[in-house]
Amino acid sequence: MAKEFFNADKVRSQTGSDFELIGTPFRRVDGRAKVTGQTQFADDLSFPRMAYVKLVRSTVPHALIKNIDLSVAESMEGVLATLVGSEMPVPFGILPVSEDEHALAIDKVRFVGDPIAAIVAVNEDIAHAAALSTKVDYEVLPTVSTFNDALDSSGPYIHDYGDEGDIHKKVSLKFGDVEQGFDKADFIFEDLCHYEGNTHLAMEQHAAIGVPEDDDRVTVYSSSQTPHYVHRALTKVLEIPASHIRVIACSNGGGFGGKSDPFNHEMVVAKLALKTGRPCKITLTREEVFYCHRGRHPVLMHLKTGFKKDGSITSQHLRTALDGGAYGSYGVASTYYTGALQTTTYEIPNYWFEGARAFTNKPPCGPKRGHGTPQPRFAFEVHLDKAAHKLGIDPAELRLRNLHSDGALTANWLQLGSIGLGECIHAVVDGSGWNERYGNLPEGRGLGIACGAYLCGAGLPIYWNHMPQSGVQLKVDRSGCVAVFCGEIEIGQGSDSVLAAIVAEVLGIELPNIRLCVADTDLSPVDLGSYSSRVTMMVGHAALQAAERAREKISEAVSAHLEVPIADLVFAEGRVFPASKPDSGMQFNEAIVVTEARFGTLGFTGSYIPPRGPGRFRGSGVGPSPTYSYSAAVVEVEVDQETGIYDITHVWMAHDIGRSINPVLALGQIEGSIYMGLGEAVMEEHVFRRLPKKLSSALVHKMPSMLEYKSLGFHDMPKVKSYLIKSNDDRAPLGAKEVGQGPLLPIMPAVANAIYDAVGVRVDQVPIHPDLVLKGLRQKENGRESRVGPNNFPDIDYGPPLTVLTPAQGGDGRANDDPKHKKGLRSASGTMKERDEALKEGRSASLTTS
Amino acid sequence: MNKKQKILEEIITKRLIINDQSHSVAFPAHHTLLEVLREKCGLTGTKHGCELGECGACSVLVDGVPILSCLRLTAEVGDKSIETVEGLQDGNELHPLQVAFADFGAAQCGYCTPGIIMIALALLRRNPDPTEDEIYEALSGNLCRCTGYNRIVTAVQWAAAMIRGEDWRPATEEFLGCNSGCD
Repeated sequence: MAKEFFNADKVRSQTGSDFELIGTPFRRVDGRAKVTGQTQFADDLSFPRMAYVKLVRSTVPHALIKNIDLSVAESMEGVLATLVGSEMPVPFGILPVSEDEHALAIDKVRFVGDPIAAIVAVNEDIAHAAALSTKVDYEVLPTVSTFNDALDSSGPYIHDYGDEGDIHKKVSLKFGDVEQGFDKADFIFEDLCHYEGNTHLAMEQHAAIGVPEDDDRVTVYSSSQTPHYVHRALTKVLEIPASHIRVIACSNGGGFGGKSDPFNHEMVVAKLALKTGRPCKITLTREEVFYCHRGRHPVLMHLKTGFKKDGSITSQHLRTALDGGAYGSYGVASTYYTGALQTTTYEIPNYWFEGARAFTNKPPCGPKRGHGTPQPRFAFEVHLDKAAHKLGIDPAELRLRNLHSDGALTANWLQLGSIGLGECIHAVVDGSGWNERYGNLPEGRGLGIACGAYLCGAGLPIYWNHMPQSGVQLKVDRSGCVAVFCGEIEIGQGSDSVLAAIVAEVLGIELPNIRLCVADTDLSPVDLGSYSSRVTMMVGHAALQAAERAREKISEAVSAHLEVPIADLVFAEGRVFPASKPDSGMQFNEAIVVTEARFGTLGFTGSYIPPRGPGRFRGSGVGPSPTYSYSAAVVEVEVDQETGIYDITHVWMAHDIGRSINPVLALGQIEGSIYMGLGEAVMEEHVFRRLPKKLSSALVHKMPSMLEYKSLGFHDMPKVKSYLIKSNDDRAPLGAKEVGQGPLLPIMPAVANAIYDAVGVRVDQVPIHPDLVLKGLRQKENGRESRVGPNNFPDIDYGPPLTVLTPAQGGDGRANDDPKHKKGLRSASGTMKERDEALKEGRSASLTTS
Repeated sequence: MNKKQKILEEIITKRLIINDQSHSVAFPAHHTLLEVLREKCGLTGTKHGCELGECGACSVLVDGVPILSCLRLTAEVGDKSIETVEGLQDGNELHPLQVAFADFGAAQCGYCTPGIIMIALALLRRNPDPTEDEIYEALSGNLCRCTGYNRIVTAVQWAAAMIRGEDWRPATEEFLGCNSGCD
C-alpha cells in the first residue's frame, strides 16, 4: 500500500485530516484486480450455452421502414432466433418526458446506426453473417442535419412530439430585471461561440448479457453507469414486473456519461434470453459505440453581459442552440444545463437564459463529463477574458472581484455551499507565476486562465419520487467482516473506494475487512448511479449514516460488556476500546460477537435524500445540488506562428474538493479531466459528412473509429500541477465534494485565452484546430479582426420567458407570471394513447411510469 | 450454405504456449489471438477497445515482442511463447509494474491497463532504466481515457526503480497534491 510509504501523522499534518484512512493515499480497493486482469467487465463474462447477438442497423439517416426480410438469416444453420421492433412495442428513454426510443425501430429509423432487428446465433460469426444477410426496404425521408435544418423543417418531423416541429425543447427563464441591469452597465459585451460535439470514447465497448432464470425471470449484466434506470427501462419494455428482472452492472471500462442511458442492446439481450431460454450476449463494435453516442451536444451560443467599470457584472443574457441528434436521451436536462450553472461561479444579479434543442438525424447526444455545462462555461470564460482586456483589469483579478461568498443564493435560486474558488485562483496564479508572466511572455507563448463550478450530485432524481437517492446496507457478523451493499457502480472514478473507506473509517477497521456488494438491483439497495458527480456526496452520506448506526449499536453492547461509558469508546486500528484505558478493549470481531449476542443478527441501513433547492419555478429542478465544487486553471501554450500549430506545455489546476477521501484518486480525477478537456479544446469532434451522391447522399458519421476520431495520446499530454483545495462544507459527507467532472470545465476556455495571450488571436470555437489559429494570424497580418468563430446566430423564437424575482428582489423562488401558454404543458402521464391524445389537442405530453 | 459460411466453419487445432503453460485449442482459422485468448483460453485479462489495431488495449507479448493481438491470427503464433497480463505475477505476489500502477493511480477504470502493462514490461526488459521520453515513446501506441497518461509514465519509472532495487518513489506532491506542504 502506498499508505505505508508515508508516515500517517505526517500525511495528516499535511492534509489537515483528522482521520486514520480518509485523506491518505491508500491503494484503491479494486486496484489489485485492475492490474492483474481479474476485474470482470461485461464482455469478460460467459455462461454455459451462451449465444451471441448482432444488431441490424439502419444504413439511412431518416426513413420509414417498409419491410424487413430476415428469411436468409432465419434459414442459416446456427441462427437461434431473430427479433424485430414490433415484439417490443413499448418505448423507453432515460427521461420520463422523452421516452421516444424503441428497443428496435418499429416503423421508422432516425439516424445511420439506428437498430432495426436483432439476430442471435450459436456464435458471433454466424450472427454477424446473418445480420449482413438481412434486407431492409426503406422509404427515404428528408434528412435534418443541423440545428438550422431543424428550425426550417416543415416535416415530416423526426418525432411526433416536442415543442415545435423538429425543435425538441425550448426554454426561456428570466431572473431579475435584465434590461435594467444592462441599463446600469458601463460596458456591454457580446460574443458568439460554438462548441463542437464530441464523444466519450470509453476504452470499453458496451456489452450486455441477458441470462434467463427460473420462473421466467431474467438477469441482465451490463456495462452501465445507471443499473437502476436500466432496470426501470427493462421493466417497461419487457412488460414484466420489476421484481422479475435483475440488473447487475459490471465495473465499467470507462463511462464519462456514455453508459448512463438505458440502451437498445440491453433490452434486446433480455428479450432474446427469454425468447431462446439461453444466455444471450452482445458486445458492440467500436463503430456501434459511436452510434450509441449520447455525447457532448454541439452548441452555438450568444452571450451578452453588462459590466461596471470596476468589473462587476450587472446583467447577463445567454442564448443557446443545441443539436440534439435523433432522440431525447437526457436532452431536456442538457438544454437546461446549458444555462443553469452559469451563475454559480460569479455574482450575476440579473440573468436571462434562453435555450433550444433540435432533433437531427444523427446519433443522439446526451451527457458527457460536465453535462451541458462546458459549452456555456467556454463562452463565458472567453467572454470574461475579452472583457478583462477591454476593462483594463487583469483576468484573474476580474474573476476574484466577482466571486460569490460562501452559502450565497444565486439569481436563479441555486443554493451554494462552501466556495473555495478564490483559493483556487490564488493557487494557480502563484503556481504559474501569473503575475510576473502573464502578458510578458515572448511572442508565441502565452498563459490563459479560466474557472468553473460543478454539481456535487443532481438535486433531483431522473423520475419524480420521494425515496432516497442512495441507500447503503451493512451486514455485520461475528467474522468481523462488514459486508456493504449499495447500488453504486464503479466506473473507474473510485466510487468503490469511497464507499469502503467511509465505512472502514467510522468503524475503525482496515479495508480488507470490508466486502462490497454493489450495483446489483436484487441485492443492493437503490443508488441512482454514477452520474452528475453524485456518488461521493450521496453514497458517502448513506454510508456514513449506516456506519454510524452500526457503531452506535456496537458501542452500546461493548459499553455494557466492559462497563465503561459509551462516550469513552474509540473505534480504531481494528479494535474497540475505552480512550481512558486503551489496552482494555477488544478486537473488532470480538465486539461484534458481544453485539450479536446482545441484539441478535445485525443489519444497518443508511440513506440520503438531498435537500430541496429553493427554486419553485418550472425548470428549477435542473441545477440544484447539495453543494458545488470549484476549479481554476492556468494553461500555458506555445504557438508556431508559421503554421498555427500549438503545444500545450503546462497546466496548473486547483480544485476545491472540500476534503479528499483519497488524494491519489482525487488527483487522478483532476488529471483525467485536464486530459479530456484538452482533447475537447484541441482536437476531439464528433462530426458528420454526406456520402457521395451515387452512394445515397446519406448523412453518416465522419470518423466512427478510434484512429480517425482524434484524441490525445501519450505525447500530447503536458506537464500538470494539481492543487487540492480544502473548504469546509457541512452539506458534504465528511466535507468531501466532487472531483470527477468540475476540473474539466476551465480547460477549454483557458486554452483559448492562452492562445490569445500568445499571438493575439481569438478563436471562439472548439476544437481549436491549428488552421483556425493560422486564419486568425493571417487576418491579423492583413489588418483585419483577429477573431475566428461563428458569425451568425439563428433567429429562434424561444417563446415568452418565465420570469422569476431574484432573492435580492425579495422573490420567493416562484415564477411571478406563469404565463397562460405554459398552462397546457402539464404532462399527460400514462400510455402512448394518452400521449397521442394530448398531442392531438396541441398539448405537450410525456409518458411516465409512476 | 454459401461459400463464406464454409470458411467460417474451418476449424484448426493448435498447441499454444501461454505464460509458460501449454493450451491445446481448436478455433476457426480466421480467429485472432485476441479472440482465442479471451474466448478459448479463458484469459480475459487481455482487453479489446477497437479490434482494428488502433487503441493498444489488446497488447500481449509474442516471444517477448509486443504485438496487437487483435490483428494477429492465432494460426500464426502457434509455436511461439505468448505472454499476457495473467502471467505477470509471481505466485500471488504482484509484479512491480502492477504494484506501481495500483498504488499510484495509474489504473482508473483499468481497461487499458493490461495492454499498457505488457508494453511497459517489454520496455523494461530491454531497457531497465528508461528515460521519461523513452517511456512516452514506448507507450505511444496505447490509448487511455481516464488517467491523462502522466501517472502511467511515472508508475513505469517507479516500477523500474523497484526492479533495479533502488529506493526511489514519485514525489510526495504526486500523492497528496501540490499544496500539501510539499511545494
